[in-house]
Amino acid sequence: MGSVATAPHAHAGHAQHHHEESFVSKYIFSQDHKMISKQFLITAIIMAVIGFVMSLLFRLQLAWPGESFALSEFLLGSKWAPKGVLDPNMYMGLVTIHGTIMVFFVLTAGLSGTFSNLLIPLQVGARDMASGFLNMLSYWLFFLSSVLMLASLFVEGGPASSGWTVYPPLSALPQAMPGSGAGMTIWLVSMAIFIASSLLGSLNYVVTVLNLRTKGMKMTRMPLTVWAFFATAVVGLLSFPVLLSAALLLLMDRSLGTSFYLSDIHVAGEALDHVGGSPLLFQHLFWFLGHPEVYIVLLPALGITSEVIATNARKPIFGYRAMIGSILTIGFLSFLVWAHHMFISGMNPFLGSVFVFTTLLIAIPSAVKVFNYLTTLWRGNLVMTPAMLFSIGLVASFIAGGLTGIILADSALDIQVHDTYFVVAHFHVVMGVSAIFGMFAGVYHWFPKMYGRMMNTKLGYVHFWLTFVAAFGVFLPMHFVGLAGAPRRYYSYTEFPMFDGVVDLNVLITLFAILGGLAQLLFLYNFFYSVFRGPQAVQNPWRGNTLEWTTPVEHIHGNWPGAIPTVHRWPYDYSKPGREEDFVPQTVPLEHGEAEEHG
Amino acid sequence: MTKLLILLVLVLAILAVAQLARVYELTSKLRGKREEDISPSDNRMNATLWLVFMVVYYAFFIWLIWAYADKMLPVAASAHGEEIDALMNFNWAIILLVFFVTSTLLFWFASKYAYRADRKAYYYAHNNKLELVWTVVPASFLAVIIIYGLRTWQDITGPAAPEALQVELYAKQFDWTARYPGDDGMLGATDFRLIDGENPLGIVTKERIAIRLAALAAEKAELDSLLQHAILPDAKAEGLRDRIAAIERQAGRIVNLRTLMEQDIAEKGEASAYMHGADDVVTKEFHLPLRKEVLLLIRSRDVIHSAYIPHLRTQMNAVPGMTTTFKMVPTISTDSMRTITGNETFEYILLCNKICGASHYNMQMPLVVEDQGAYDAWYAQARSKPFQAPPMAAAPPPPAPADSTAAPADSSAATAALKP
Repeated sequence: MGSVATAPHAHAGHAQHHHEESFVSKYIFSQDHKMISKQFLITAIIMAVIGFVMSLLFRLQLAWPGESFALSEFLLGSKWAPKGVLDPNMYMGLVTIHGTIMVFFVLTAGLSGTFSNLLIPLQVGARDMASGFLNMLSYWLFFLSSVLMLASLFVEGGPASSGWTVYPPLSALPQAMPGSGAGMTIWLVSMAIFIASSLLGSLNYVVTVLNLRTKGMKMTRMPLTVWAFFATAVVGLLSFPVLLSAALLLLMDRSLGTSFYLSDIHVAGEALDHVGGSPLLFQHLFWFLGHPEVYIVLLPALGITSEVIATNARKPIFGYRAMIGSILTIGFLSFLVWAHHMFISGMNPFLGSVFVFTTLLIAIPSAVKVFNYLTTLWRGNLVMTPAMLFSIGLVASFIAGGLTGIILADSALDIQVHDTYFVVAHFHVVMGVSAIFGMFAGVYHWFPKMYGRMMNTKLGYVHFWLTFVAAFGVFLPMHFVGLAGAPRRYYSYTEFPMFDGVVDLNVLITLFAILGGLAQLLFLYNFFYSVFRGPQAVQNPWRGNTLEWTTPVEHIHGNWPGAIPTVHRWPYDYSKPGREEDFVPQTVPLEHGEAEEHG
Repeated sequence: MTKLLILLVLVLAILAVAQLARVYELTSKLRGKREEDISPSDNRMNATLWLVFMVVYYAFFIWLIWAYADKMLPVAASAHGEEIDALMNFNWAIILLVFFVTSTLLFWFASKYAYRADRKAYYYAHNNKLELVWTVVPASFLAVIIIYGLRTWQDITGPAAPEALQVELYAKQFDWTARYPGDDGMLGATDFRLIDGENPLGIVTKERIAIRLAALAAEKAELDSLLQHAILPDAKAEGLRDRIAAIERQAGRIVNLRTLMEQDIAEKGEASAYMHGADDVVTKEFHLPLRKEVLLLIRSRDVIHSAYIPHLRTQMNAVPGMTTTFKMVPTISTDSMRTITGNETFEYILLCNKICGASHYNMQMPLVVEDQGAYDAWYAQARSKPFQAPPMAAAPPPPAPADSTAAPADSSAATAALKP
């Protein structure tokens, strides 16, 4: 390891320090982007397992309300699941923390943190991130916020319980629910640290993409993964600070007696002093991040999918420039749609009209992406790797989830389905399932690059098909529960005869959720087994064009032992006519008279 | 116990699959096969599975529609609800068409073009005409959806007719209260500082102001004497002084309110909002006349709630500090809906659809839609009987039972402030 690290930087004017790294600097406080990427991934996997188990606990309650489950009491203790029956307050807590963990800790930090870190330097041809130190800081802040978020489960009164959107006044008033006490304070502090981590990461990604591309790597020769990570980082940089301000104002309302979000409140038998604030202000600030957040989650998954589909279809991605254009358009429009979460919040209905228009506009670049994926598959030569299966699965869920978004974007229809299970089904399909499929595709595809070993393909197949079936088994019926009018965040429906017709769907959904959970055990086994015992990987197992496959299998500091390769062409020359091989790496110079394709 | 057994079986099944994979791995190693080489049979198997999945996926979807169509919401029971349903059906027609076409293409391509060594993929990088087609075609579909949707939205959110019946829906953890205007046809002004057991909505009248001020004065006198005569630890005494200051602030604001009220009445006379509260009808029952325009005025006392009446396609948040509105015309009476659904006990339900605390899942009030005659009879009877606060809302309302861990458990606000 040390010997190769002595290779000179291609562009930096100083030689690499030759020293054996200590355990701490290599595995813990590492500044190497590949190690940090693995740290993000492992942390995200742990958080995902916790988030998934939480969802199983509340799914058990929804399917068999009031029944006793030894598992619930075992995991939550007799305070929150007395005699194995989930407590209503803990139900809210689980729903809240499940949402928070999945959206932020798994699909934001887990997805961007893992793959932006791994792939940006490797695919643009850089020795490392622009700032290794900030990168390390970004991970450790993420780690700290994860620990805090989990710690909030153990405080008096339980974790934050007002939904992952933490709307005040509910989240501002400890008198209103026990979860709005210490648990809520920790939630806000944890999120503030998380945002700091996210901003440091995003800043690094943007600077690296703009400044550290290797010779010949024009912006229009970058893989779509890098384009997606880049757009995601820019969106994150512009939106997360707004959530930070929302969180800080909420903290002040909670502890300093300010009235940003509070007015005219009479709670627990007492009229409060707060006057003049507006709960709608919080909703505006929250969704100004909250909606771009959907694309922060989705864009990297789409980027990964573009790369995986092109590589495994042995065919150029169709419409490379249109794909870049749609990524940028989605990124831009994502800032103009936030109030579609607020059609019935009491906001001026005219403002609602404007947001109907902008929200439905975003369907256009999304449709362009879907059609481009379809055309890429058309007359391709599809190698069915597990990563490819997950990528095609992503397109399937993106179609299903994107289309139901049209209903929710229509303010008049939103009156009927707002805050019902229809919404839950919609966003789980379009951002939950799609993004996690993108993440799985990324893990299966770049596992050889991360760990130098291969994951088991057969287990990957079983994992994919079970997960795919379970995902639609859970969320397809859930749309129907929502169309019957069943509200989300209800502890049970036993008090409402009007939902009797669809409660059996809740049992079906829970059974599929259990199946999905079990399928993930296969993945965990496959992942951790392969990290240590998987077969050795070759340098370019999927016969890809991008630069990361020119680095040695064994990780070295600085990525390339010699000079950084020069890039001569775009990354999607698969099955180019007149070529013997069905792929032409980016490092291969154009032949005399050969035209460079540019989608 | 059976559940545990099922779990055990499933775990064992997974272990078995994992072991099979191990065996497969070892044998393929013996044959010199690399993990990244996807065999022709694997490609074929997955190609078939895409088609199988597609068939099962569509079958499941169609079965859900077939089995649950009559368990969805029945016909809309309001005028705007009929418009929403028509718009919904229009959108579904487009969405389902696009869904089946694109999904079928996806699964078909995924299956048809599975890898074969004797074939080379078609090098097809771009086609601007095609890109233009699938930008313009979705855009034109969306234009129709947007225009149709916004017209409906404007109809629904437009101003209510001046003669519309005003009904207030008032939310608090975890119940609803309705308020109907008296003979003057107008609802009186409210202020949250006047809320007490007899005045759960904080309606402003001279009498209520006087009663509230007297109550605050009495509470303050009691605390004053406690401070003077009892020997208290510093922290407790500090808490008492804070509480007295809070009472003084509140009393001051109520005095301001009284001044405002007097000025407004002096200026506007009978037209002043402060003159309409005395005859308002506050009730725990919610009735609406058939085929008459209603303007719902929706308010909340504590946190955000949402007034959701699924059968009437009506939903609007209740936000503390502001009044939100929703206008509608009920078109099907409760009795007719019982006939339509074939359910003798059918009731329209107003439920809370914004997370509001531990009992969120049971915050409901039945709604009765009836013809004008029956409504008038109910109204006369509701008017004649004074507001009956449910036992839970006795003055001042104690916090919800589930709040006991965090909220001051004592019903008296004064002792609450004394808690260390």
